[in-house]
Amino acid sequence: MLLIHCPYCEEERPELEFRHAGEAHIARPENIAEISDEEFQRYFFIRANPKGVTFERWRHMHGCGRFFNAARDTVSDRFLMTYMAGEPKPDLGKAGGGAVRSASRKGTPA
Amino acid sequence: MIQPFRLTTGRLDAAEILRFTFDGKSYTGLAGDTLASALLANGVHLVGRSFKYHRPRGILSAGAEEPNALVGIHRDAARKTPNVRATVQELYDGLAAVSQNRWPSLGFDVGGLNNLGAPFFSAGFYYKTFMWPRTAWERLYEPIIRRAAGLGTAPDRPDPDHYSNRFAHCDVLVVGGGAAGLAAALAASETGARVILADEQAVPGGGLRFETGAVIDGKPGWEWAQETAAKLAARDNVRLLTRTTGFGYYAQNMLGLVERLTDHLSAPDVDQPRERLWQVRAKRVVLATGAIERHMVFPGNDRPGIMLASAARAYLNHFGVAVGSKVAVYTADDSAYATAVDLKKRGVEVAAVIDLRPTPRGPHVEESRELGIEVLAGHAVVGTTGRLRVRRIEVAPVYGGASRQIEADALATSSGWTPAVHLFSQSRGKLAFDEETRRFLPGQYVQDALSVGACNGTASLTDAVEEALRAGAKAAKEAGAAKGRSKTVKLDARSPEAWSAGMAGAAPGAEAGKKAMAFVDFQNDVTAKDIRQAVQEGMRSIEHVKRFTTAGMATDQGKTSNLHALTIASEMLGKPVPKVGLTTFRPPYTPVTFGALVGHSRGALFEPTRRTPTHAWAEAQGAVFEDVGQWKRAWYFPQGGEDMHAAVARECLTVRHSAGIFDASTLGKIEIVGPDAARFMELMYTNPWQKLGIGRCRYGIMLREDGFIYDDGVVGRLAEDRFHVTTTTGGAPRVLHHMEDYLQTEFPDLKVWLTSTSEQWATIAVQGPKSRDIIAPLVEGIDLSDEAMPHMSVREGRVCGVPARLFRISFTGERGFEINVPADYGLSVWEAVWAEGQKHGACAYGTETMHVLRAEKGFIIVGQDTDGTVTPDDAGLAWAIGRKKTDFVGIRGLERPDLKAPERRQLVGLKTSDPKTVLEEGAQIVADPNQPVPMKMIGFVTSSYWSENCGRSIALALVEGGRERMGERLYVPMPEDAIEVEVVPMVFFDEKGERTNG
Ligand SMILES: [Zn+2]
Repeated sequence: MLLIHCPYCEEERPELEFRHAGEAHIARPENIAEISDEEFQRYFFIRANPKGVTFERWRHMHGCGRFFNAARDTVSDRFLMTYMAGEPKPDLGKAGGGAVRSASRKGTPA
Repeated sequence: MIQPFRLTTGRLDAAEILRFTFDGKSYTGLAGDTLASALLANGVHLVGRSFKYHRPRGILSAGAEEPNALVGIHRDAARKTPNVRATVQELYDGLAAVSQNRWPSLGFDVGGLNNLGAPFFSAGFYYKTFMWPRTAWERLYEPIIRRAAGLGTAPDRPDPDHYSNRFAHCDVLVVGGGAAGLAAALAASETGARVILADEQAVPGGGLRFETGAVIDGKPGWEWAQETAAKLAARDNVRLLTRTTGFGYYAQNMLGLVERLTDHLSAPDVDQPRERLWQVRAKRVVLATGAIERHMVFPGNDRPGIMLASAARAYLNHFGVAVGSKVAVYTADDSAYATAVDLKKRGVEVAAVIDLRPTPRGPHVEESRELGIEVLAGHAVVGTTGRLRVRRIEVAPVYGGASRQIEADALATSSGWTPAVHLFSQSRGKLAFDEETRRFLPGQYVQDALSVGACNGTASLTDAVEEALRAGAKAAKEAGAAKGRSKTVKLDARSPEAWSAGMAGAAPGAEAGKKAMAFVDFQNDVTAKDIRQAVQEGMRSIEHVKRFTTAGMATDQGKTSNLHALTIASEMLGKPVPKVGLTTFRPPYTPVTFGALVGHSRGALFEPTRRTPTHAWAEAQGAVFEDVGQWKRAWYFPQGGEDMHAAVARECLTVRHSAGIFDASTLGKIEIVGPDAARFMELMYTNPWQKLGIGRCRYGIMLREDGFIYDDGVVGRLAEDRFHVTTTTGGAPRVLHHMEDYLQTEFPDLKVWLTSTSEQWATIAVQGPKSRDIIAPLVEGIDLSDEAMPHMSVREGRVCGVPARLFRISFTGERGFEINVPADYGLSVWEAVWAEGQKHGACAYGTETMHVLRAEKGFIIVGQDTDGTVTPDDAGLAWAIGRKKTDFVGIRGLERPDLKAPERRQLVGLKTSDPKTVLEEGAQIVADPNQPVPMKMIGFVTSSYWSENCGRSIALALVEGGRERMGERLYVPMPEDAIEVEVVPMVFFDEKGERTNG
């Protein structure tokens, strides 16, 4: 069972309290009624499903109820960081796994 | 003592003699025995028949790795545990064990004939022999194979025991209580860290139970282990768990442990859980899981009496049992010499030590020679004889020469030790192959763990203890638990014992080209030849070899066999071992009962049961209930011995003739409030909402972004900024989740608040021509006239003096009301409505009648008449889409070409040509019943009932181009016959819809 840091509660809580909610950073087109089939395909059907770092949404279902984003390594299952919905996709390349990971623990009681 | 092979009482309690039976025969043992040690003390080696060939099998090991000695333990009629390893089952007074996989008896087994058919059962036989014809698989092959090849029999009664579950957190979890584990726990706990030490044995000590020469802290190893365990147990910051196996290493240092609490007791307290599952979250983990000895792979290596050298030694030194009266030793490793030495010193005749190596050296080798034991260096055991027990072994020089027979009633073998890296591997750590010692050892760690002692490849006791002390202190420090300066623990540990790499793979006599049966995997009856055959037939990866031969796939998961199989495959492939790969270790390390995993979550506690406020009333009325999700809903209310059909027919008629009262409290309810509430509704539902008047209701359809129906329900507007939304029963959580998702992440600027109110409101539906008359006396402050409160409207007022939301809506097609009152008042309002209803001949009705009545009107149920691939147009609900809207969830999905295709399945009504025939829901529909099989299926029945009001059966169905087929005859093929149906409109009753005002 994973431990997940909720960026709203600022606490690490067991996975049981959370619900996975698909890939992150896929914005619903504002003019959705007018987009082409190809654009709709990209928006609705196509997902990255990478081996390695993935950006995904989670909801603290049995906690604060908020949706948030997470960067997780699908190989190690390790959460690299979590951040609030609406925040830009972080550049993990520069920060490096370890540094980002400790940043995500900011606010967690020791 | 009447246990002929018990030389001494070993470390057991001689005062306590225990009685037990094996296959009905009575024996005695001592307290502290395992079933295996007690059997051996009585000279019993034959304990089972092998899986495929039914070969006689004995006891291989003295521990958890046992592949052979699997027995059934029968406590009573309900407590029959199959596949128990005799080597870990502690003896208790009255224990009854039975052998498995034999018929009619263990000594004479008809299935042993399989042995003669061995070539037929060779590798991959499952895949090749029984392929065709397909029907023969079900009727012939499978039953025969299941009977012939198998393990124990599963109990046929529910498990009467109960199991508990605990979560625990600690600074340092140490898995394994041998010398290394104890030392690590000692050092970690010295710092004040919270430590959990788990050991699978009843008493910690690990390999010290057989190592005679070990001295730690000036005391004999075993004595030190017991003192240390007692010291640890006494510490407030240590939890010592014995009989506890660390079986799974999961993400972020969470480990699963299972603690066995009663399996060793003669008369367990029925209130005591049988097992306890520990889910431990540890800041640091120290793995001290030891090593597992491998057997030698040589012809006839599976006869009873042939066992691991360390096991023979454990039986001797710990249990005081000689495994034979004339014991031979066959080894490629130093450690087995100690077995010979210990046996000889206890007066057991040692036939010879056969060593594959040409020039073995070392203290134990010298000592063996000094004791007068014949050491045959550069020799191999190339065959064995003896029907139910080994009697003689054939020994030959490795590099040629005449063979010779040696009498022996037991053979202790060792080809070396395999570090138990199972948990490390489960933690996703990368294993590294050490070329020099030819072992897989922990390489790169992925989690916060350390390995110490034998599982880390550390051979000497001195090094292992030192490594463990360091690791324990380091783990505590890294866990942030070491407070101030704590004393560094130092221990002087020494032992003359050493173990070297040994060898893996086939020994002489079992080389390529030899037909001999040299077993690699005892439990699945896989021989060296089978592994080679797999490679010859094209298997390249060890994962393929494993699946083809089933090596390593039995309940022991190949603890003694994996490295042998891998080595043989690598030799065949001419590739180095690491290139062939190692099969993945997966939890559990040893078998875990379903009971332990499930804990209390079974029966009534399996999941929550939700009951409506009127549940007790309905129960008292004799209602029959059905499960709808977690809800218990009144299904129908039989009167005076009615069956379901009669009750539903009566309820259906009563509703349409006078009235019926129905508990609709399970409907999901969501309150949508805020200045942007209407805008939000516009986005969530296909319908227009901005112009819906206050006090008016509308039937809403919610889509997913792909354009398919997700939910539906009636929505009432209570104020400019307030909507009362209803959802399908059980649909409320996902609908609210869906709404929250859009509100939080796509439309965060909207000022809207969503609140689940499903549990807050009790909903009482009163439907039928008399419904207004029934509720009128109870309602205050609401004008119920058709002018003031037309169909599809909502008012707030009081019912029975209780604040209420009164809806005039109908899921029956009749004049109808739904009274919403706070749930706590639900029962008393229901009783008041019921009392009024009695005056008008109303009945209570259940969900079945609700279903029939709505089907008579062609009202759909999302999830029954839709399946996640149905659009509003498919369901005949295109009218509910706001044509002028520029956005709502699903607006673009609906425009996809496939969703507009004319041949889509559309919801229509069906009437059977014979009005008495009721179709089966889910039945397929075809246009021509005489076409050849497989027929083209053009749809299926979604809802089907007997309608007493229509005097005939009615059905709804999804049919390709259904609305174009009105009046067409279609067919529903059934096993006996094809049923003829006519395609009709969805509304079967009151087509004009006049009765809502009737
Ligand atoms: Zn939270």
